[in-house]
Amino acid sequence: MGEKQTAITCDNATFAYGGKVVVESLSFQISYGEYLCIVGENGCGKSTLVRGILGLKQPSAGKINVEKGIKRGEIGYLPQQSAVQKDFPAGAYEVVLSGFLSRQGFLPFYSKQDKREARENMERLNISDLAGSCFRELSGGQQQRVLLARAMCAARKLLVLDEPSLGLDPYAAADLYEMISEINRETAVTVIIVSHDIHNAVKYAGKILHISGRETLFESAQEYTKTKVGKRFLERSCPHSGVCPYVS
Amino acid sequence: MFETVLEMLSYPFMVRAVVVGGLVSLCAALLGVSLVLKRYSMIGDGLSHVGFGALAIATAMNLAPLSVSIPVVVTAAFLLLRISESSKIKGDAAIALISIGSLSLGVTVISMSVGVNTDVYNFMFGSILAMSDDDVFLSVVLSVVVLTLFILFYNKIFAITFDETFARAGGIRVGLYNMLIALLTAITIVLGMRMMGALLISGLIIFPPLTSMRLFKKFKTVTISAAVIAIVGFLTGVCVSFLLNTPIGSSVIIVNIIAFILFSLLALIRNAVRK
Repeated sequence: MGEKQTAITCDNATFAYGGKVVVESLSFQISYGEYLCIVGENGCGKSTLVRGILGLKQPSAGKINVEKGIKRGEIGYLPQQSAVQKDFPAGAYEVVLSGFLSRQGFLPFYSKQDKREARENMERLNISDLAGSCFRELSGGQQQRVLLARAMCAARKLLVLDEPSLGLDPYAAADLYEMISEINRETAVTVIIVSHDIHNAVKYAGKILHISGRETLFESAQEYTKTKVGKRFLERSCPHSGVCPYVS
Repeated sequence: MFETVLEMLSYPFMVRAVVVGGLVSLCAALLGVSLVLKRYSMIGDGLSHVGFGALAIATAMNLAPLSVSIPVVVTAAFLLLRISESSKIKGDAAIALISIGSLSLGVTVISMSVGVNTDVYNFMFGSILAMSDDDVFLSVVLSVVVLTLFILFYNKIFAITFDETFARAGGIRVGLYNMLIALLTAITIVLGMRMMGALLISGLIIFPPLTSMRLFKKFKTVTISAAVIAIVGFLTGVCVSFLLNTPIGSSVIIVNIIAFILFSLLALIRNAVRK
């Protein structure tokens, strides 16, 4: 196991939309099997960075390099609040299965193995009983799990989650983080997660990348809670200071 | 009833109409599921108007109608997609622009050459007599191509219709498949529009998917039932048109409207029962 092998290198990458710089000369490295959480204020370019890692957006300067060990079809992605239409007729199982699409290449249909794995992933996320349900009729938390199961189907090597807990109640969110961390431990898949939820982030993630303008922090989760920026951020986003173990 | 059908099929032009119309309805319904969900319902309408313009020009210049209109409509389909993706002009406005433009071009060209006559009327509202043997052959070949491509790319079409960003992140060439859908739609419309009429052909794209979405909630069941509704609706429409001597296009659409109302009522009843 090349555990310490570098999986993704971000080398002085700058991203801009129409001339406006969103992320400026950012550098960091992630190894295989690591769990990285990207945090920061609204509009600091977290989602942009994710799009860069996924190859959906090219950096205007510098570069992002995803090692050859991770092919495009081996990346699972949970987009931020998928723009799935309210009236779309889709079964939960159909949605999960579509995660295998990037793997099938030119084959027109899914294999037996794909179908089995899709069922297994649904079982792991406790949504087997929803397989026959209509996606749009599920609750927010259930929908998010279905989309996570889909991402897991695609994620052989890398799982990228953009705000997976948005719109979930605290319990459902905690559940979701627990599951993601389980997947990371059990399957050794590399996880990159964008989150507002700094508390769950420091609880579960191995590394934290904090973006805010030119000031970026890239630390292990434990170190992060000791830094000035980290402390301030934790304090500000903590609804119950005093009780929270991360805020002194 | 059975005798009527037999009598109907004893006319060669009716056989041609049934073959071409059935195949076109099937293709249109399948593509329609994706188009309706992608909010491209009006693309069919826009393209049929472009087809009208092309047909008018072909008639004025004495050219074969299909060989002129297919390339023109296919080009228009690509243009429409490009414009709606670049989003400087919004998709619906772009469609309206192109569709009205080609409609007026068509009418002008016709009135300058042959004068506004039954040709224009037939182009607009369709004619059951429009199909020649060559058309039947071409329609069968193209429909088989459309159906095969649809089945082969069914899973990809579902994925890009459901969530384009996810598909893109997985390395699926979304643009390519959007092009493919536009291309297949363009061909289907050109094949069907002389029979159904330029103003009515897009009904075949929109009605069956919407009708089946009243009752069904999975992509697969919606697709299959749309296909069935389309074929049954077309055949019923043809019989109605034959018996009552009404234009085929409008008869088929009216049958589809009735099916839509029926399915909506069934959905209402089902929801009431569940509660």
